[in-house]
Amino acid sequence: MNVQEIVDALSLEVKTAKGDLSRTVTGCYISDLLSDVMANAKEGEIWITLQTHPNVVAVASLKNLGGIIVTNRRSPEAETLQKAENEGVVIAVSPLSTFEVGGMLYKMLRC
Amino acid sequence: MTRRNIEGSFHLSGGDFTNAGAASSELKSILTNLGINPEIVRRAAIATFEAEMNVIIHAVAGVMYYLITQDTIKVVLNDMGPGIPDIDRAMTEGYSTAPDWIREMGWGAGMGLPNMKKNSDRFKLDSVVGEGTTVEIIIRIKEGKTE
Repeated sequence: MNVQEIVDALSLEVKTAKGDLSRTVTGCYISDLLSDVMANAKEGEIWITLQTHPNVVAVASLKNLGGIIVTNRRSPEAETLQKAENEGVVIAVSPLSTFEVGGMLYKMLRC
Repeated sequence: MTRRNIEGSFHLSGGDFTNAGAASSELKSILTNLGINPEIVRRAAIATFEAEMNVIIHAVAGVMYYLITQDTIKVVLNDMGPGIPDIDRAMTEGYSTAPDWIREMGWGAGMGLPNMKKNSDRFKLDSVVGEGTTVEIIIRIKEGKTE
Protein backbone atom coordinates (compact mmCIF):
# COMPACT_ATOMS: atom_id res chain seq x y z
CA MET A 1 0.00 0.00 0.00
CA ASN A 2 1.28 3.47 -0.76
CA VAL A 3 0.70 6.90 0.78
CA GLN A 4 -1.70 7.93 -2.00
CA GLU A 5 -4.01 4.99 -1.26
CA ILE A 6 -4.08 5.93 2.42
CA VAL A 7 -4.75 9.58 1.57
CA ASP A 8 -7.68 8.54 -0.63
CA ALA A 9 -9.15 6.02 1.80
CA LEU A 10 -8.98 8.36 4.80
CA SER A 11 -9.81 11.56 2.86
CA LEU A 12 -6.66 13.22 4.17
CA GLU A 13 -5.58 16.67 3.10
CA VAL A 14 -1.98 16.52 1.87
CA LYS A 15 -0.02 19.59 2.94
CA THR A 16 3.51 18.84 1.75
CA ALA A 17 5.59 16.73 -0.63
CA LYS A 18 2.66 16.03 -2.94
CA GLY A 19 5.06 14.48 -5.42
CA ASP A 20 6.11 11.75 -2.98
CA LEU A 21 2.80 9.95 -2.48
CA SER A 22 3.82 6.80 -4.34
CA ARG A 23 6.01 5.74 -1.45
CA THR A 24 5.20 2.33 0.03
CA VAL A 25 3.86 2.30 3.59
CA THR A 26 4.91 -0.73 5.59
CA GLY A 27 3.03 -0.04 8.82
CA CYS A 28 1.96 2.62 11.24
CA TYR A 29 3.28 4.07 14.49
CA ILE A 30 1.24 6.26 16.83
CA SER A 31 2.93 8.48 19.40
CA ASP A 32 3.26 12.08 20.48
CA LEU A 33 6.57 11.45 22.23
CA LEU A 34 9.38 12.13 19.80
CA SER A 35 11.98 9.99 21.53
CA ASP A 36 9.53 7.10 21.49
CA VAL A 37 9.19 7.49 17.72
CA MET A 38 12.97 7.73 17.39
CA ALA A 39 13.36 4.53 19.40
CA ASN A 40 10.50 2.42 18.10
CA ALA A 41 9.08 3.52 14.75
CA LYS A 42 10.37 1.60 11.76
CA GLU A 43 11.40 2.75 8.33
CA GLY A 44 8.47 3.09 5.95
CA GLU A 45 5.83 3.38 8.67
CA ILE A 46 3.35 6.21 8.62
CA TRP A 47 3.34 8.23 11.84
CA ILE A 48 0.16 9.54 13.44
CA THR A 49 0.67 12.43 15.87
CA LEU A 50 -0.77 15.61 17.34
CA GLN A 51 2.60 17.35 17.27
CA THR A 52 2.88 20.14 14.71
CA HIS A 53 6.29 21.77 15.34
CA PRO A 54 9.29 21.46 12.99
CA ASN A 55 11.05 18.70 14.98
CA VAL A 56 8.53 16.15 13.66
CA VAL A 57 10.09 16.58 10.22
CA ALA A 58 13.58 15.88 11.55
CA VAL A 59 12.30 12.73 13.26
CA ALA A 60 10.43 11.50 10.16
CA SER A 61 13.39 12.25 7.95
CA LEU A 62 16.02 10.65 10.21
CA LYS A 63 13.90 7.54 10.63
CA ASN A 64 12.93 7.45 6.96
CA LEU A 65 9.24 7.21 7.84
CA GLY A 66 6.55 6.91 5.17
CA GLY A 67 4.89 10.17 6.17
CA ILE A 68 3.13 12.02 8.97
CA ILE A 69 -0.61 12.26 9.63
CA VAL A 70 -1.59 15.10 11.96
CA THR A 71 -4.97 14.44 13.55
CA ASN A 72 -7.76 16.32 15.35
CA ARG A 73 -7.93 19.20 12.88
CA ARG A 74 -4.54 20.50 14.01
CA SER A 75 -2.57 22.65 11.58
CA PRO A 76 1.18 22.17 11.27
CA GLU A 77 3.19 25.35 11.80
CA ALA A 78 4.38 27.22 8.68
CA GLU A 79 7.99 26.39 9.53
CA THR A 80 7.10 22.71 9.79
CA LEU A 81 5.48 22.74 6.35
CA GLN A 82 8.44 24.53 4.79
CA LYS A 83 10.89 22.06 6.29
CA ALA A 84 8.81 19.08 5.21
CA GLU A 85 8.55 20.41 1.67
CA ASN A 86 12.32 20.91 1.53
CA GLU A 87 13.02 17.41 2.83
CA GLY A 88 10.32 15.61 0.86
CA VAL A 89 8.42 14.49 3.96
CA VAL A 90 4.69 14.01 3.37
CA ILE A 91 2.47 15.70 5.95
CA ALA A 92 -1.27 15.06 5.68
CA VAL A 93 -3.95 16.27 8.06
CA SER A 94 -7.25 14.84 9.20
CA PRO A 95 -10.16 16.29 11.18
CA LEU A 96 -10.58 12.88 12.82
CA SER A 97 -9.07 11.81 16.13
CA THR A 98 -5.93 9.72 16.46
CA PHE A 99 -8.14 6.80 17.56
CA GLU A 100 -10.28 7.00 14.43
CA VAL A 101 -7.41 7.43 11.98
CA GLY A 102 -5.40 4.72 13.73
CA GLY A 103 -8.39 2.36 13.69
CA MET A 104 -8.95 2.77 9.98
CA LEU A 105 -5.26 2.34 9.22
CA TYR A 106 -5.08 -0.74 11.39
CA LYS A 107 -7.75 -2.40 9.29
CA MET A 108 -6.08 -1.37 6.04
CA LEU A 109 -2.51 -2.33 6.91
CA ARG A 110 -3.27 -5.50 8.81
CA CYS A 111 -4.69 -7.32 5.81
CA MET B 1 38.63 -1.06 0.01
CA THR B 2 40.21 1.42 2.35
CA ARG B 3 39.31 4.99 2.86
CA ARG B 4 40.80 7.83 4.80
CA ASN B 5 39.38 8.86 8.15
CA ILE B 6 36.71 11.50 7.88
CA GLU B 7 36.18 14.07 10.59
CA GLY B 8 34.29 17.27 11.12
CA SER B 9 32.14 19.19 13.54
CA PHE B 10 28.89 21.10 13.84
CA HIS B 11 28.06 24.00 16.10
CA LEU B 12 24.82 23.65 18.04
CA SER B 13 22.86 26.56 19.47
CA GLY B 14 20.81 25.98 22.60
CA GLY B 15 17.13 26.75 22.08
CA ASP B 16 17.35 26.64 18.29
CA PHE B 17 14.49 24.19 17.75
CA THR B 18 14.06 25.25 14.13
CA ASN B 19 17.39 23.77 13.08
CA ALA B 20 17.33 20.92 15.57
CA GLY B 21 18.35 17.74 13.82
CA ALA B 22 20.34 19.44 11.07
CA ALA B 23 23.69 18.17 12.37
CA SER B 24 22.44 14.60 12.79
CA SER B 25 20.82 14.69 9.35
CA GLU B 26 24.03 15.82 7.74
CA LEU B 27 26.04 13.17 9.55
CA LYS B 28 23.47 10.57 8.45
CA SER B 29 23.93 11.69 4.83
CA ILE B 30 27.70 11.42 5.15
CA LEU B 31 27.44 7.88 6.56
CA THR B 32 24.91 6.84 3.91
CA ASN B 33 27.09 8.23 1.13
CA LEU B 34 30.02 6.23 2.47
CA GLY B 35 27.97 3.10 1.88
CA ILE B 36 27.85 2.14 5.55
CA ASN B 37 25.28 -0.54 6.45
CA PRO B 38 21.83 1.13 6.82
CA GLU B 39 21.26 -0.53 10.21
CA ILE B 40 24.48 1.05 11.54
CA VAL B 41 23.46 4.39 10.01
CA ARG B 42 20.04 4.09 11.66
CA ARG B 43 21.59 3.54 15.09
CA ALA B 44 24.00 6.43 14.59
CA ALA B 45 21.12 8.69 13.54
CA ILE B 46 19.08 7.87 16.65
CA ALA B 47 21.98 8.28 19.08
CA THR B 48 23.29 11.51 17.56
CA PHE B 49 19.86 13.10 17.17
CA GLU B 50 19.02 12.44 20.82
CA ALA B 51 22.38 13.89 21.85
CA GLU B 52 21.87 16.91 19.60
CA MET B 53 18.39 17.48 21.07
CA ASN B 54 19.77 17.38 24.60
CA VAL B 55 22.14 20.24 23.73
CA ILE B 56 19.30 22.23 22.11
CA ILE B 57 17.00 21.62 25.08
CA HIS B 58 19.37 22.01 28.02
CA ALA B 59 22.51 23.92 27.00
CA VAL B 60 23.47 27.38 25.80
CA ALA B 61 25.64 25.98 23.03
CA GLY B 62 27.62 22.93 22.06
CA VAL B 63 29.76 21.23 19.46
CA MET B 64 29.18 17.87 17.80
CA TYR B 65 32.44 16.37 16.59
CA TYR B 66 32.61 13.21 14.48
CA LEU B 67 35.37 10.89 13.37
CA ILE B 68 34.63 8.08 10.95
CA THR B 69 37.37 5.49 10.60
CA GLN B 70 37.41 2.13 8.82
CA ASP B 71 36.05 0.44 11.91
CA THR B 72 34.07 2.93 13.96
CA ILE B 73 31.93 6.03 14.05
CA LYS B 74 32.85 8.21 16.98
CA VAL B 75 30.71 11.21 17.90
CA VAL B 76 31.57 13.53 20.79
CA LEU B 77 29.21 16.25 21.97
CA ASN B 78 30.54 18.94 24.26
CA ASP B 79 28.12 21.45 25.65
CA MET B 80 28.06 24.55 27.75
CA GLY B 81 25.08 23.58 29.82
CA PRO B 82 23.93 23.21 33.40
CA GLY B 83 25.61 19.81 33.82
CA ILE B 84 24.03 16.69 35.26
CA PRO B 85 24.16 16.37 39.06
CA ASP B 86 23.20 12.68 39.21
CA ILE B 87 24.23 10.72 36.11
CA ASP B 88 22.77 7.40 37.31
CA ARG B 89 19.40 9.02 37.76
CA ALA B 90 19.65 10.79 34.41
CA MET B 91 20.29 7.44 32.73
CA THR B 92 17.08 6.00 34.21
CA GLU B 93 14.39 5.63 31.58
CA GLY B 94 11.53 8.03 32.32
CA TYR B 95 13.54 10.51 34.37
CA SER B 96 13.78 13.99 32.88
CA THR B 97 14.47 17.53 34.06
CA ALA B 98 12.97 19.15 30.96
CA PRO B 99 10.49 21.95 31.63
CA ASP B 100 6.77 21.63 30.79
CA TRP B 101 6.92 23.50 27.48
CA ILE B 102 9.55 21.07 26.22
CA ARG B 103 7.37 18.15 27.30
CA GLU B 104 4.44 19.62 25.41
CA MET B 105 6.58 19.37 22.28
CA GLY B 106 6.90 15.65 22.89
CA TRP B 107 10.42 15.79 24.30
CA GLY B 108 11.43 15.29 27.92
CA ALA B 109 10.09 11.74 28.21
CA GLY B 110 13.32 10.63 29.85
CA MET B 111 14.22 8.45 26.89
CA GLY B 112 17.04 10.46 25.34
CA LEU B 113 20.07 9.19 27.24
CA PRO B 114 18.83 5.57 27.35
CA ASN B 115 18.19 5.75 23.57
CA MET B 116 21.75 6.98 23.03
CA LYS B 117 23.19 4.18 25.12
CA LYS B 118 21.04 1.47 23.48
CA ASN B 119 22.17 2.50 20.03
CA SER B 120 25.87 2.81 20.87
CA ASP B 121 28.46 0.10 21.22
CA ARG B 122 30.28 2.30 23.70
CA PHE B 123 28.71 5.22 25.48
CA LYS B 124 30.38 7.62 27.89
CA LEU B 125 28.87 10.51 29.77
CA ASP B 126 30.87 13.03 31.78
CA SER B 127 29.40 16.08 33.38
CA VAL B 128 30.40 18.92 35.66
CA VAL B 129 27.57 20.87 37.23
CA GLY B 130 27.73 24.51 36.20
CA GLU B 131 30.17 23.80 33.37
CA GLY B 132 28.74 21.33 30.91
CA THR B 133 28.39 17.80 29.69
CA THR B 134 30.36 15.59 27.30
CA VAL B 135 28.78 12.64 25.58
CA GLU B 136 30.87 10.14 23.64
CA ILE B 137 29.16 7.70 21.30
CA ILE B 138 31.06 4.94 19.55
CA ILE B 139 29.42 2.65 17.02
CA ARG B 140 31.30 -0.16 15.34
CA ILE B 141 30.98 -0.25 11.59
CA LYS B 142 32.44 -3.65 10.88
CA GLU B 143 30.83 -6.12 13.22
CA GLY B 144 27.72 -4.33 14.52
CA LYS B 145 26.41 -4.59 18.05
CA THR B 146 27.20 -7.89 19.68
CA GLU B 147 24.81 -7.93 22.62
